[in-house]
Amino acid sequence: MSLTHDDVIYVARLARLKFDSRELDRYVEQLSGILDHIDKISELDLSEIEPTSHVLKLSNVFRDDEVRPCLSQDEVLANAPEVEEGAFKVPPILEAEEPEA
Amino acid sequence: MSLIKLTAIEALELMKRGEISADELTRAYLEQMDRREGDLHAYLEISRERALDDAARPGADGGPPLAGLPTGIKDVFCTRGIVTTCASKMLEHYDPVYTATCVQQLIDAGIVILGKTNMDEFAMGSSTENSAFGPTRNPWDLQRVPGGSSGGSAAAVAGGEAIWALGSDTGGSIRQPAALCGVVGFKPTYGSVSRYGMIAFASSFDQAGPITRTVNDAALMMQYLTGKDPLDSTSVEHPHGFSIPVDQDLAGAKIGVITKLVREGTDPDVESAFETAVEAMSAAGAQIGEATLQHLDYALPAYYILAPAEASSNLARFDGVRYGFRAAGAEGITQMYEETRSQGFGDEVKRRIMLGTFALSSGYYEAYYGQAQKVRSLIFQDFERAFAEFDFLISPTTPTPAFELGEKADDPLSMYLSDICTIPVSLAGVPAISIPCGVTLQGLPVGLQIIGPAFSGKRVLQAARSAEIAIGFDKVSPLIEEDV
Amino acid sequence: MAAGTAYEPVIGLEIHVELSTKSKMFCGCEARFGGIPNTRTCPVCSAQPGALPVINREAIRHIARIALALDCRIAPGSIFHRKNYFYPDLPKGYQISQYDMPFAVEGHLDVTMDGEQHRVGIERVHQEEDTGKNIHAGESGRIAGAIYSLIDFNRCGIPLVEIVTKPDIHSPQVARSFLNKLKNTLQYLDVSDCNMEEGSLRCDANVSVRPAGSDLLGVKTELKNMNSFKHLEKGLAKEIERQIGLLEAGRPVVQQTVHYEVASGEVHPMRSKEYAHDYRYFPEPDLSPLEISQDFVDDVRTGMPELPSVRAARYVTELNLPEYDAEVLTSNRDTSDFFDETLNYFDDQKMLSNWVMGDLGAYLNASGKKLSIETVSPGQADQLCWLSPAGFGEFLAMIKDGEIAAASGKAVLPEMCETGKTAREIVEEKGLAQISDTARIEALIDRVIEANPEQREQYKSGKKQVLGYFVGQVMKESGGRANPRTVNEILREKL
Ligand SMILES: [Mg+2]
Ligand SMILES: [Zn+2]
Repeated sequence: MSLTHDDVIYVARLARLKFDSRELDRYVEQLSGILDHIDKISELDLSEIEPTSHVLKLSNVFRDDEVRPCLSQDEVLANAPEVEEGAFKVPPILEAEEPEA
Repeated sequence: MSLIKLTAIEALELMKRGEISADELTRAYLEQMDRREGDLHAYLEISRERALDDAARPGADGGPPLAGLPTGIKDVFCTRGIVTTCASKMLEHYDPVYTATCVQQLIDAGIVILGKTNMDEFAMGSSTENSAFGPTRNPWDLQRVPGGSSGGSAAAVAGGEAIWALGSDTGGSIRQPAALCGVVGFKPTYGSVSRYGMIAFASSFDQAGPITRTVNDAALMMQYLTGKDPLDSTSVEHPHGFSIPVDQDLAGAKIGVITKLVREGTDPDVESAFETAVEAMSAAGAQIGEATLQHLDYALPAYYILAPAEASSNLARFDGVRYGFRAAGAEGITQMYEETRSQGFGDEVKRRIMLGTFALSSGYYEAYYGQAQKVRSLIFQDFERAFAEFDFLISPTTPTPAFELGEKADDPLSMYLSDICTIPVSLAGVPAISIPCGVTLQGLPVGLQIIGPAFSGKRVLQAARSAEIAIGFDKVSPLIEEDV
Repeated sequence: MAAGTAYEPVIGLEIHVELSTKSKMFCGCEARFGGIPNTRTCPVCSAQPGALPVINREAIRHIARIALALDCRIAPGSIFHRKNYFYPDLPKGYQISQYDMPFAVEGHLDVTMDGEQHRVGIERVHQEEDTGKNIHAGESGRIAGAIYSLIDFNRCGIPLVEIVTKPDIHSPQVARSFLNKLKNTLQYLDVSDCNMEEGSLRCDANVSVRPAGSDLLGVKTELKNMNSFKHLEKGLAKEIERQIGLLEAGRPVVQQTVHYEVASGEVHPMRSKEYAHDYRYFPEPDLSPLEISQDFVDDVRTGMPELPSVRAARYVTELNLPEYDAEVLTSNRDTSDFFDETLNYFDDQKMLSNWVMGDLGAYLNASGKKLSIETVSPGQADQLCWLSPAGFGEFLAMIKDGEIAAASGKAVLPEMCETGKTAREIVEEKGLAQISDTARIEALIDRVIEANPEQREQYKSGKKQVLGYFVGQVMKESGGRANPRTVNEILREKL
């Protein structure tokens, strides 16, 4: 299928990516081209076929409820771009950005 | 004696006999890196000090089973103490807080880590041109790509910059570069090697595996890579384990040629090298037949939905909050996310995130993701049916030999097509190996792919060793020049 | 809608319960809230590149207990999905949750309000993981107006069970009562401490209103941030009022999230979303499916603690307690366990019940402390009352045997709870032992009769009810310590 500019903008927002108008043109063209190829799978009638999420047929893989050593605060914060009071610091979160959880 | 032309098994033997030391061996590799890295750029980070320290450890010679073997580790594996970038600006200075299980198993077995090898960013690509830190070049022809995404590992092994290397394979990322660099690359059955600490691209496909100079070296590394890891719910104890193959012929082996992968779009030189190899295998006693995988045409489209979908989710954690790159100056969290991710990821990574996000998005899930999962079931069944008839399936590993740098850079789809032979195997999760089987008229190596049923890795490696003998290509190291 | 139309609210609840497992849902970090920020994390729950989740077996037993207690059907197969969205407290960029194959479906929980039973259907019960915590820095400490945020991942990955009810609730009171009953049930199951203030029990509500008697569903809003039972009831009432107000003014209800403001008790519709919610659920490739066998379910069922309704029935049939007592005693697991344990030391169940519901209950309400059948350590004394079942049993036996007057007991019990001293120690210290010595009582009575000649005459002339006056006076003189039975007997003789 061919994607429109609006489609690509919508998907980019979901993915937290941002394109300038030249990039946008390019992505519209490239993604549409790839989708044209991919659309081949719609030829198949697969209504009777079960989907495969895992090639390994495993189930009930559990761990015991045991407490293991944690990283120290210093270790987990060591790679952080910005830190304050032992916590990861980020720019403000706007109300409209809250998820529904 | 040229230390950098040895196989791992030969080097171990010499160390055990006291004829060479781990220190000498490691220094020989570091010297070769000094000579060749400027051309090849197989490594993103060379851990010289650490390598020499490791080689000087007590018992390094002939102590632990893999003691003293100078190893390249693809930069997709977290290694405590060595920056791990996944060839992305996003992780340019990331210093991992832990080590991947499979790397730790190799360390425990005594290897010497020479450094972290180059790759396509987040393992997305087939040429290693997508590295944020510059491409790796093919030691056979510096104008050509080494394949990808484990291009750094394959080039290092082929160019004498590592005795062997660790790679990872999602849709062909071990086998394809091994083929283009004329070395051996083995992708084990999904679940054989722990994925814990291997930076995820597509979780239901990713598998670590060896890139080596010989089949026997691959079997050796597999003995220490495999195992159920309590930290990876999708790992299992390999039912048959691994052992070093013996030298024997192919008598009685029923081998099916996936004819469709030989005829369509295959380079004539590749085809003729492949046909010659098949004749040699037949002469060595193999019963050769034609195998049909009915839904092969749908493998590439299904893969390019499923893998990007998983990737779009796996790469969401690169958000500039806890580690890695963060774009400066954002006024709110969403702007920070968008700037960080747009500046931090390269083109191909963004393309796949977009593709995967689209395939999962509301209104398109069933037509794309859902449908592709069903195609995966069909491909899985195709392989099951084929293995009811044949012990192994074979095909060329790649449709063409190594292509030129930049040749496919602007055409993502033609790049995707270079994995046409390896992707169906990845969808089915079964084991496959690429071994060198000849060269083209231009002198570029050609790979033969041998595929087995799930958890038949030990038998695949045995068949590959027999094929290696039959084809007479078991001593490939034409490029390792010490006096360039 | 014309003014004067009667409206009926339609409420469905979504409850998130943090499980009290030792370790987190998918990693070995200790599952405990609070403390120094970012000290309980690992590669998995801080979403380091390459880290993978592994399911905590105990969490699955916990959710199975919850499903059984709510009479749900446990699915023979369920799977985890990834729910993808970006938020700084969600380190992986997705929450591992369940989607179209939840752990359990189709249950119910009955609540009784003013003698009327309400059956609330349970739509689904599913397993997921908690997020980290955002601390909004700035003047308000709230999200609006914050200048930056700080993220703590200690809470991230604690197992969460989400319980979704059917829209079967039609008043804020029933909603509150349902949540109370659910909390009590979960506490009996020992799966969560259900502390709403600390967020281990959280409740959101889907609310709509419709003309009474109608079958149609109105446009619903999602009401959030009610962190106590009181706030749940109040928030719902406010939101229902707001929606009715809109409809009566001829304005539509907009489907949106509504925030309950704890400080003002008001409800505020949130600004509408800048981004569409498209969670792109897909099966979690890092985890294998759950296959829940009948054997597993039977095993969990066998190990289930006695639920409040079963226990209440036992109190009625085996202990001959009135239904009212049974209901009150079992409405809190700590109290009920304490009652049961005390029965080993004191066998008058009705007297025990009266004291638990009466004086002891009053003390607990006033102090905010809880009972424990375990030995209380000094470190727990802020939250737990020192009283032990054995000590309480001894105390009641002393009253029954006449060693302490019931009136004195009212002073002894709070001190036992506060200090951990035995009843005997307190009685001795304060000289509260009951006077049963006939000679001393006779002397007291003589004095009282002497001092009240008028009343004595009245008694003699047949006004027998004056006896009560005399008893009262004698008890007063004795400081409440005279044994009332002895006083009665001797008075009757002397008068
Ligand atoms: Mg939830
Ligand atoms: Zn953790």
